[in-house]
Order: sequence, then structure tokens, then C-alpha cells
Amino acid sequence: MSDTAPPKDLFDQDWRRIVRLGAITGLSLIFVALIGMLVQLDTRLIIRRYLSLGYLTIIWIPVVAGYLVSKEVVLEGVTPNRKGPSDVLAGALTGLVGGAGLSLLVVLIDNFDIRDPLINWSPQLLDQLTFAKGIGFGVVIWLVIGAGLGLFGSLSHVVPPLASRAVNTALFTIVSVSILETAITDLLQGFGLSFVTDVVYAKRGALTLTSALVLGAVVMAITVAASGRGRELRVRYDALDAPRRKTANLGLWAAGVMVLLVLPLFLGKIMNELLANVGLFVLLALGLNIVVGLAGILDLGYVAFFAVGGYTTAVLTSPNSPWISPQLPFVVVIFVVIIAAAFVGLAVGAPVIRMRGDYLAIVTLGFGEIVRLLFLSDWLSPYFGGAQGITNIPPVDLGFAEVKGSDPRSVFYLVLFFCAIAIYVSWRLQSSRLGRAWMAIREDEKVAEAMGINTVTAKLAAFVVGAILASFSGAVFAAKVGSIFPSSFLILVSIIILVVVIVGGMGNIIGVIVGAVVLIGVLGGPKQPGLLQELGTYKLLIYGALLVFMMLKRPEGLIPSARRSHELHQEEFLQDAWLRGEVDHDAEAGEGDAAT
Amino acid sequence: MSPVLSIHDLTITFGGLDALSKLNFHVDEGEIVGVIGPNGAGKTTFFNAITNLVPPTSGDIRFAGESIVGLDPYHVTELGVARTFQNVRLFPNMTILENVMVAQHCRTHQHAFGALLQTKAFRREEREIRERAIEVLSFFGTRLIGYRLDQPAFVLSYANRRRLEIARAMATQPRVLLLDEPVAGMNPKESAELTALIGRLRSEWGFTIVMIEHDMGVVRDVSDRVVVLDHGETIAQGSFDEVSNDPHVIEAYLGRPVEGAS
Repeated sequence: MSDTAPPKDLFDQDWRRIVRLGAITGLSLIFVALIGMLVQLDTRLIIRRYLSLGYLTIIWIPVVAGYLVSKEVVLEGVTPNRKGPSDVLAGALTGLVGGAGLSLLVVLIDNFDIRDPLINWSPQLLDQLTFAKGIGFGVVIWLVIGAGLGLFGSLSHVVPPLASRAVNTALFTIVSVSILETAITDLLQGFGLSFVTDVVYAKRGALTLTSALVLGAVVMAITVAASGRGRELRVRYDALDAPRRKTANLGLWAAGVMVLLVLPLFLGKIMNELLANVGLFVLLALGLNIVVGLAGILDLGYVAFFAVGGYTTAVLTSPNSPWISPQLPFVVVIFVVIIAAAFVGLAVGAPVIRMRGDYLAIVTLGFGEIVRLLFLSDWLSPYFGGAQGITNIPPVDLGFAEVKGSDPRSVFYLVLFFCAIAIYVSWRLQSSRLGRAWMAIREDEKVAEAMGINTVTAKLAAFVVGAILASFSGAVFAAKVGSIFPSSFLILVSIIILVVVIVGGMGNIIGVIVGAVVLIGVLGGPKQPGLLQELGTYKLLIYGALLVFMMLKRPEGLIPSARRSHELHQEEFLQDAWLRGEVDHDAEAGEGDAAT
Repeated sequence: MSPVLSIHDLTITFGGLDALSKLNFHVDEGEIVGVIGPNGAGKTTFFNAITNLVPPTSGDIRFAGESIVGLDPYHVTELGVARTFQNVRLFPNMTILENVMVAQHCRTHQHAFGALLQTKAFRREEREIRERAIEVLSFFGTRLIGYRLDQPAFVLSYANRRRLEIARAMATQPRVLLLDEPVAGMNPKESAELTALIGRLRSEWGFTIVMIEHDMGVVRDVSDRVVVLDHGETIAQGSFDEVSNDPHVIEAYLGRPVEGAS
């Protein structure tokens, strides 16, 4: 911190930047208010009586803007100004301009009525924006709130880093604990600790103000006390030699597996249901990761294989199947499913395999829809039931246990079993002859072929492996739901799985799993509710916004594979190599003949 | 001795333009042939035709007596023809070791099941692939081994990328190695070193080599025979000295003297 210039004068501001960011903030606020998030999400409370999810969707925006306005990229050789009161003022002003957006909205709603196109242009919104205290109050309060939040955001530049981290962690924890209420209540109940729930949460849901404050204080204390410990652990882990690290990894994996095996026993129906849904999407995402992440084939019709798994199971097990109904046991069916999926994988793969990039994506998109429409069609309805689908799919009888939809815990264990298979397959194939061939094809298909790789068979293999993993998911899905309709296999499923893979971290097994747990678990799948089920229709908006954000700011995903982050950050990698003295000069061949 | 690679009346037409016209060419086992010619003479198209990246319009290409026209590129590589590219085309985000390991694809056989069950045969083959990759990389001294093995290929300097590309081609275990401007962009010292290596590629590894090169010093030093292309045709061939004094060649490079000029 030694080489910084003294802080700027209080009024030496970059006005243009403040106005621009303020305007963006104001527009974002108006947008969020007018799409109805403020009103509709007001029912879900974060802190009882003080903060609802609806207001939360609004107040974070000025905070972030206030932080961004005084954030600057410090270039090598430039002495940055020390952060001071002028930066705080900039944050407050940005927030003020943003808040003015909402004040303007208040005035406009009061004076004009354009509820016809904008259904959320409602008295209810006005009520919420003015806190039912009149227009004047509404106008002023949003200016104050905006400025206050902007100021709060910019404070993180001036307070010590540890303090700002403690506050951030505390806020994040409070919001998470509130969002995870269902899960936590359920878990505590499983352990027989219901009384804790009564202390933390209010009677009708959400945190009480006291518990939020206590929680925040505790978390801040822990953050301060534990500061630096994480890095210390990391350093110690990095210092381990290879066999020791292997043991450590094994230990971590074993602990993770144990938790996954034991946890469901303490969870109730709703949470197990959620876990089972997440598991189904983890399975799909792992399969798509092989196709997109490893082989680089952008398959937008991946849901087709999910459908094939589901329908094969339905036809072979349900007594209501309109065509043949052999009512085979699930254990036998799963082998037929593998064969059917492999066959469909080949059938879809063969015609599209010679296409590249965008063309392939468009064609697979079409194939995905074709498969769904075939199941829906009158032509095939004598076989697959058309729009009526196939109902009455029996539970899975494993001999020692029965897996049925009404017992989501059993479904979760079955999904877990298939996920384990998928993880193993991805892991082993990654570092095999076939996996290397996939990577080479992803890098440069023409050269891969010139280097002796039969790209057609390698790409078909990727399609088939991906198809089989998706069909497992379909089979379990059919057994879980007990009936199957073409409407379960919308194109949206393909898109969401792709978003999960991209947001989680393409090409990385752990990343993909984390992506599925976060996105499907919190936001919910295309039809499955997540922890924030109030989000409802806004789910897709958030998916889209998240995707755009990730592509711009962190294209390697939440948990990237080392390879992919190298790829996207070549410059940084080269710099690091330079610092380690591992840079590769052409002159190196000269071996010190500087005379030339 | 019958030629290992022979080309008869090869013509390649790109929309009315003859990139190659009625080209005849052969290379004997163990020979090093230099292919030279001005820019646009069709040298790279000639390589692309042999490796079947570009389909010939007419004519025949025979490798070890068998026609290879119409085979897939990977099949040609499997038969024993490997190449490098003029504008280096590595797999930049794979590690240096992986770049060479993946090139052994057509010489190895383990499928997905071996990897999934971790069979003995799979593990033995993986070990062999790895060892052979390191053996090939060691041919270039210590430049591409050690900590470099696990670095992504894009960190390499230009000269080392060229070396890695040659290593990758070597790993496919070819009989004929096609080098497209192997010393382009190297400094004199590096190209002298690589010239020596090209000689060793034949003497130690037993490759037959066809090399496109603009650096006449290199061509002179390593080639047994030089073939000169211009406008898709062979205009001269023979030893370097014969070719370099051939009036057609001088004309192709320098242009025809203006009639009547003093």
C-alpha cells in the first residue's frame, strides 16, 4: 500500500462515469420493478417485517453500482490514488442518481396509467414503492435509500479489507440461511433439533431481526478469527507430496460420499425430492459435459436422449403401455435402455457428425424437437400414447428395496448410484486414448484427422456415451414420476442443462456437479421447483442473466478445469510462467550468444 | 528399388485454376527430397493432396504400391505418412505430452471398455504411449521435456512449436515424413541445428523425408534430390547444384530477362 498517491479532492470526480453508472442503475431498478419482481416476490420474506425477497431484488443494485463506480483497473506503472472520501461521495452520488430512477417511476405511476401494456404498472407497485406513505415520501425516500446504498457499496474501498470481507460474508450468510430455510428446518428436524429452528426463524417463516443480527455478528466474528486459515490450509495442501496428496484427496472424496449417503436419512420428503431432482440434472449435465466439454460438439437436442431413456422404461415396465407391455423388472430394462440410447445416439449422431460449430448446433436443436414431436404424434400414439403419454409406471423393485416416487429418499439413492457411474466414466475416459482424441478434435478437427484419429468414430463415441448417461436419467425420471408425457421433454430442458454445464465449468466434473446443485437446487429445473420456488416464472430470466454474466465475466465457469482456465486466460498463464522463470524464448536456442 | 511414394499425373483444380497439373513425383525409401518453388507454386497443395486433405481432380497417388486416393486422412496417416503444417497447427490447449500421446492414436488399440475397467492391457498401453512420447520428445534435447511436459502447448516459443509439431508427426510412426517449411521463422543457429536433426531423422529413425523449404541453405545441406515446382508443374529436378543452375529454375525465381534488353 506504500506507493499510492494521496486521495483525490472531494469534488475531483469523474462525473461522466457517475452519471452513466447511475443511469444504468436507475434503469435496472425500474426494469426490476416493472417486471413485477418487487410485488410478486414480496410474499417471500428474508427478515420478517423488515426485508422481503422482492425488496432484496432491488436493493442490491445500487450497492453494486456504488462499489463499481470507484473501482479502477490499476495498470503497471500507474500510481493509483488512495481511496478516500471522494470515492465514497462518488458511490453515494451514483446511488442517488439510481434512486432518482425509482422516484421518477413513483411520480409517473401516480400521474399516468399505462397498465394496459405494462401489467405491473399497478397501484400495488406504487404502494410498495412509497411504503403507503404518500407520493412525496416515496420520492424522497428512494433518493435517500439510493444514496445510502451507493455509499454502503463504496465503503468497501475505504474500510480495511478484512472488515469488508466480514460484512460481505455476514450478509451472504444471512441471505443464504433465509433462502435455505426449508432445507435447514428439515435437516434440524431430522437431527431432533427443532428448537433451534424456533429460535432462528420466525413462526411463519423467515429470520427474525434479532436472529439475523446475531447470526451476522457471529459470522463476522468467525470470519475475522478464521482470516488467513483458508489460505494456510491451501498452502499446506499444495506442499503435500504426490502420494500424501492422493491420500488427502481420497479422504475428501470418502467424506463427501459418506455425507451424501447419510444426509438423506435425516432429511424430510421435500428436501429429498429436491435432492433427487438435482441428482437427475447432475446426471444429465455430466453426460452433456462429455459431448460439449470434452469433444466440443455443441449438442442442443440433448433432451432427446433423456426422452428415449424415459420412454423405453415406460414401454417395458408399465402395464398401461399401449403397444407391448412385457412389464420387465427395472434391472433388465436398464440394459435395454442402454442399447436403445446407444442406437438413438448413433442415429442422431451419424447424419450430423460431419457438420461443424453453429450448423451442428442448429441441426441437433432440430433433432431434439423431432424426437419430442414423434412421441407426441398421432402416428406413433399406438406405440407411445401420444399426448396422453404412458401412465402407471411401476416402482423400481430392487429385491432389497423399492424405489418409488412417493419415497424420494429411495429415488435419491438410485440417482446417486447412476451419478457415481457417470462420474467414474467421465473421469476414466478423460485420461484415456479416447478422451485425448476427443480433446484433439475439440482443438482442431482437421489436424486431429491428419494425426491419425478417426474423427467420425470418436465423435460418435462421444454421442453414444452422452446418450447413455442421459438415458439413465430418463429411466429414473420415469420410475420416479410414474408417468411420462412428451411435455416433459421440452427444448428448454436441453438449454437448461447446457446453462448448468457452462455456469458450473465446462470440462470439469466437479464444476458441472456444483453448477447443477446451485442452479437446480436453488432456482429449480424447468418444471421442478427449487428452494426459491417463489421465483416461478422469473427463473428463466435469472438463468439468462446468469448465463450472460458468466460468459462476459467468468467464461470458465464457477469451478473451471485447469485446462479451460488456461485457455481463456492465456495471457495470465504466460505471465505466471514468466515469473517462475519458465518462459520460453526463441533466443534460448542461442545459448547465450548475445553477440549476434 | 521401387519408390515408397509415387505420384502420377496428379491434377488438382480449384474452380478453373490448376493448383497442380499433371504432376509426377516419386520418393525412394530412405531418401530426403527437397521441394522448392516460388510462392503459389502448389507446394502445400501437393502435401495436402498426399495426406488427402484435398481430393485430387485426377491422377494417382501410390504409397508402397497401393493407391491412396480417396482414403480418409486418418487412414493415410495409419498407412505411414505423417506431416507438419506450414502455419504450425498444434493442439494449443493440450499439454506438450498429450500432443504427442494423442498422435499415437492410430498405433494403439484400447477402447473405452479398457479405460473403464482399467484392464492390465489398458494400463500397459498407457504406459507405453507415455514412454514413447517422452522418447520422441527427448530427440529434441531437454527443450520439450521435464516441467514442460505438463504445460499447455501455447506457452512454447515459435521454434519449439515447430519442434513439437515434428515430434507429433514422428509419434505417428510414419514411413514417410512430410515437413512443410520446418525452419521457417527460425534464426540461423536454430535452423542449422534443425538441419542436423533432419539428417538424424533419417539415419536414426529411418524416415523417408519430403521437405518443402524456402531456405536454400537447408535444402542444399540435407536434400539428396531437389524437385522444383512452378505453376503446379515440375520444372526441374536433380541434385541441388544441377537444379540451381537450371535456366528454367532461375527464370521461375527471377523472371525472364526482357527481350532485347542489354
